[in-house]
Amino acid sequence: MTDDEVATAVLDKDGLDALIAVLVARGRTVVGPTVRDGAIVLAELSDGADLPYGWGVELEAGLYRLRAREDGAAFAHSAGPQSWKTFLHPPRVRQWTALRGADGALVMTADASVPPSYAFLGVRPCDLRAIAIQDRVLTGGMYSDPAYVGRRERAFLVAVECTEPGATCFCVSMGSGPAAGPGYDLALTEVVDGDGHRFLVRAGSAEGESVLAELPARVADAATRTAARDRVAEAADRMGRSMPLVDLQVLMRETLTAERWDDVAARCLTCGNCTMACPTCFCTSVEDVTDLTGDHAERWRHWESCFDRDFSHLPTGPVRDSSHSRYRQWATHKLGTWHDQFGSSGCVGCGRCIVWCPVGIDITEEAHALNREWESGAAEGTR
Amino acid sequence: MTAPSAVPLPYRVVSHRDETDDTATIVLEPAGAPLPPFAPGQFAMVYAFGVGDVPLSVCGIDGNRLTHTVRAVGAISSALRALRPGDCVGVRGPFGTGWGLPEAAGDDLLVVAGGIGLAPLRPLVLAALATPERYGRLNVLVGAREPGDLLYPAELTGWQADARVLTTVDRADERWQGDVGVVTTLLDRASFDPHSATAFVCGPEPMIRATADDLVQRGVQPDRIRVSLERTMHCGTGHCGHCQLGPLLLCRDGPVVTWTRARSLLLVREL
Repeated sequence: MTDDEVATAVLDKDGLDALIAVLVARGRTVVGPTVRDGAIVLAELSDGADLPYGWGVELEAGLYRLRAREDGAAFAHSAGPQSWKTFLHPPRVRQWTALRGADGALVMTADASVPPSYAFLGVRPCDLRAIAIQDRVLTGGMYSDPAYVGRRERAFLVAVECTEPGATCFCVSMGSGPAAGPGYDLALTEVVDGDGHRFLVRAGSAEGESVLAELPARVADAATRTAARDRVAEAADRMGRSMPLVDLQVLMRETLTAERWDDVAARCLTCGNCTMACPTCFCTSVEDVTDLTGDHAERWRHWESCFDRDFSHLPTGPVRDSSHSRYRQWATHKLGTWHDQFGSSGCVGCGRCIVWCPVGIDITEEAHALNREWESGAAEGTR
Repeated sequence: MTAPSAVPLPYRVVSHRDETDDTATIVLEPAGAPLPPFAPGQFAMVYAFGVGDVPLSVCGIDGNRLTHTVRAVGAISSALRALRPGDCVGVRGPFGTGWGLPEAAGDDLLVVAGGIGLAPLRPLVLAALATPERYGRLNVLVGAREPGDLLYPAELTGWQADARVLTTVDRADERWQGDVGVVTTLLDRASFDPHSATAFVCGPEPMIRATADDLVQRGVQPDRIRVSLERTMHCGTGHCGHCQLGPLLLCRDGPVVTWTRARSLLLVREL
């Protein structure tokens, strides 16, 4: 639907403060962007003053810097070091506990801790897509992950459309932005111009409508609607990066033995930063701990990276020993085999893996190089 | 109640039998509610208290009882091999694809095992022996490193009454009277019509590749060759990512896959 077909409203900055207050009053933990330690991070917000008004970011491969902005915008920044998976699919969760009784009998009990009822303020369209992708991975198959479901079902999502893409952004290539797709409770578009600093709002759910009804909003005027639409459309033309215009699933499948993997392996440190920063990377390992009595054990799960040698451990040794094979696993999974496994790409074009790579490896540059090698007929795949 | 896919159910060890120097077979009985029924080829995540859990194929299914043959290759499998009757474990499952034996109705059956690979094939052999009218000739070809590594020797002898059972070892000892060589050398003496045969193969990956390639050369259709593959697994539910083999999540799309799917994937080094 276009903005003209949906009832839209306009909030000013006080309205954004009221949005946070209403969500807090509804018992929610409000998480959004805020400036901390030289970056725009995601953290609990107590009021609108915590938002990064007047801050933007300068991004490049291996580079992230805060930059002051004169327009005072709150959401004129693209992805930071974290993503919402930190909250929905936390780095560490206790899955269950086991008690051993006097006769050796075991009782295993699911972790019963009640997760917070989150409200996420400032979900960028790429990250909204990333949440939908993790929904499919962690709840869309035969089994649902209880830790994720508990957090996800309670979460209230306030998307903010993108009007200021970074130099490492390529959401247009991945079809995930800069306009917000489905899945939000409320969607905002920030407009700063001669008519003031304001936010066009539309609701995407019944709860979104109910929250909006409590806010000091006014009916959207045509000028604000037009300005918001134009800013998002202009953002689409200012992507810093793009993917080759080929079927990436096919490209990944057909270039498994490309020489380019050796080239990137010579640069890759296999540090796993890209997997930690990626909003869709979901892999985990488990560990078991016992207390001093030895009769109380816990099962914990933590984020894991496919760049770790032990990730593919078998009794005969790691399946993916070389850095070549580990980078290839990550990239081909993200862009290719994710389609086979979960019905979509695993990449949303947020650019985090490019920014947070310590040596500036750029997945779009690697994809272009693979495509050139493939088109030259040098690479071979699995068929 | 929490799904038994997520939190283990308690099972008690009712018997333990040493198979080889590093391998034992344990029989588990539910200490409370049982898991849903397992099919041959499927696996359970078996939890040693405080140590962790590993995927173990079922090698016997008797009512609610589960039989597992476990080889000690790490901390968890060593703890499981050391279990004795009365000890308790946690079990999740059933997970993964089964062998799909009923789909082979009317076919000659080729069961080809290498080492511990015989364990997941055992319930398939027992099911085929129990319903001989459904299938053609049953061949069980078993390879092991040394005579002492052969699993279930007494059962292998017993199966000979109703199946063609052939064994071979890589290295003979002074008492070994049988074949020496890789398991594919037994294929010449198996009785099957390659154009109406289904093969079930489990063992080390090089053995799987050699066996499947040999069978294809003899005319067996690649989609009638089913192989059981191994990758590390932490969850069994498709969420941890460890068991990927290209497009496959082996806990979900495997461990049993057709050679049609597996062949090109196993050709890529370190995929």
